[in-house]
Amino acid sequence: MIFSNVLLVFLISLQFSMYQLMIANTLQTLTGHLQVQAEGYKDEQKMRLVVPDVIALADDIRNVLDLQDVAARGAAFALASSEQRSYGIQVIGVQPEFEARVSSIPGQVTEGRYLQDNDAAEIVIGSVLARNLRAGVGDEITLLGNGRDGSFAANVAIIVGIFSSGAVDLDRSIAEVPLGYFQDTFFMEGAGHQVVIRAPQLSMAGALQAQVAAWLPAETNLEVYDWMELQPGLKQAIQADLSSAFFMYGVLVILVAFSVLNTQLMSVLERTREFGIIMALGLRPGRLGKLVMLETAFMGFVGLAIGALIGYAVTLYFSYNGFSIPGMDQMAAQFNLPDRMYPNPGWLTTFSGPVVVFLFTLLSAAYPALRLHRLRPVEAMRAA
Amino acid sequence: MNAVQCVDICKTYLQGDQEIKALDHVSIDIAEGGFVCLSAPSGGGKTTLLNAIGGLDIPDSGEVYVGGERIDNLSKGDLADLRLAKIGFVFQAYNLIPVLTARENVEFVMQVQGVSANARRQKSMAILQEVGLEGLEDRRPAEMSGGQQQRVAVARAIVSNPELVLADEPTANLDSRTSSELMDLFTELNETHATTFVVATHDKRVMAYAKRLIKMLDGRIVDDIQQKAA
Repeated sequence: MIFSNVLLVFLISLQFSMYQLMIANTLQTLTGHLQVQAEGYKDEQKMRLVVPDVIALADDIRNVLDLQDVAARGAAFALASSEQRSYGIQVIGVQPEFEARVSSIPGQVTEGRYLQDNDAAEIVIGSVLARNLRAGVGDEITLLGNGRDGSFAANVAIIVGIFSSGAVDLDRSIAEVPLGYFQDTFFMEGAGHQVVIRAPQLSMAGALQAQVAAWLPAETNLEVYDWMELQPGLKQAIQADLSSAFFMYGVLVILVAFSVLNTQLMSVLERTREFGIIMALGLRPGRLGKLVMLETAFMGFVGLAIGALIGYAVTLYFSYNGFSIPGMDQMAAQFNLPDRMYPNPGWLTTFSGPVVVFLFTLLSAAYPALRLHRLRPVEAMRAA
Repeated sequence: MNAVQCVDICKTYLQGDQEIKALDHVSIDIAEGGFVCLSAPSGGGKTTLLNAIGGLDIPDSGEVYVGGERIDNLSKGDLADLRLAKIGFVFQAYNLIPVLTARENVEFVMQVQGVSANARRQKSMAILQEVGLEGLEDRRPAEMSGGQQQRVAVARAIVSNPELVLADEPTANLDSRTSSELMDLFTELNETHATTFVVATHDKRVMAYAKRLIKMLDGRIVDDIQQKAA
């Protein structure tokens, strides 16, 4: 019981830490915790589904939330061509001044620099895209796409930086340009497609969403979405992983419950004679059953306390020192995770597993306790 | 009033395909303060009768009264309450709880009755002294002789002043000197506490202590003799 509790505390802590890391890493790259978009843009990213006067809206939201981690963006699909090659990419127009507050990409520039001027004809591209285009810092990129009004959009930008986010898909398909340049190139007339908000903590996202939703003028067709709506795949991946993990935990709890059932049944059988004696002396069967339940509860509680304590200590050790599983690095890279894990102990992760084991322990002791009601003192006292 | 009354009780056991009549229309009255010996050869029905009187076994038919209360139709829980309040048991095999000391064994019944720890300790020490076990209070059953264990069992049976003590072959595992000491103790308790004793035995020396001797054979009472106790 103690071992299973230790295992549960450690595994649940590790799992929830992984989820937090997955969420944080995924959201900090581009998505943010919240986004204000035109209605329908989330499902179908059409150029004409815009947020009008997006920079002013971002400023207003900063004031309303008293939060600086807010940035306006525009996004378009375009053909990016170097001297030698062309690739289809997503061009994101960003506010250089604020982008680093909502996204990790500005901090992941490995060559050159990040964008500085909101109107400069500059571009930052992913490292895989740079390799594919055979282009480097200082080279020109030609962008061809459709403008907001459906007209042909084309422009040239100088590569000022190359970023490497660690996520191959992003590094292959994303390029960032200043929002002013983006609006000029794609005829946006001051509009954009997203206002990205990064909450100080994940748990505050809901409250901020409600605040922004309440503030948004009713006559606009703007919506505010949280990260679960923006990244349904991430939420589904976590839910799927949780389901399989809970199945495993369920099996573990059932194994513990059966071992307790077996132990308590043996314990009751071994003490049949003693139970017969004390029933003959005048102890009611119901009271004897309660004593057996109390005994199990005490054992379960000791198992819970010791298991949770050791589990917490083990988790605490690895929260500082971390650990890695051989072969995990590829999977970790897929979810934008580091290859070394640092589980975080907390009240929920420390006690949720052991409390469930404790409850199942009590449940499994009910049968041996109920059997005592069928015990007849005369026959019980004859037991060896 | 009668301490015990059995009215036409029957009890049949199945041993394989064979039906054994352990009690065959048994009727007896035992007065309060009586000292009765049930005498029978092995399989004669004396233990079954004791168990029926003590509520440890329910007869197939007939009625059993203890202290005027009918008990053969009580639930297991109510029978346990009756034994706790009114009946003390002394078993042939002592039936002490091995993990408890002599004092803890004696205190057990009082503990179940809800007597306070101080009162339990005082009464258990006094009764252990009365049965001659002073200084052995902290010994476990395995550390005591058969006679000493049986004395602990007697102390446990009488410590809460029951109206009735049922003893099943209490001297079967004791030597003659210890048997005599135990029966002297029973006689003394019967006279000083006015406790009713029903003792099942086939030991003639034990029978000599009883004021009344009931002989059984094949589950039936065959003789009922008033006698002068030794």
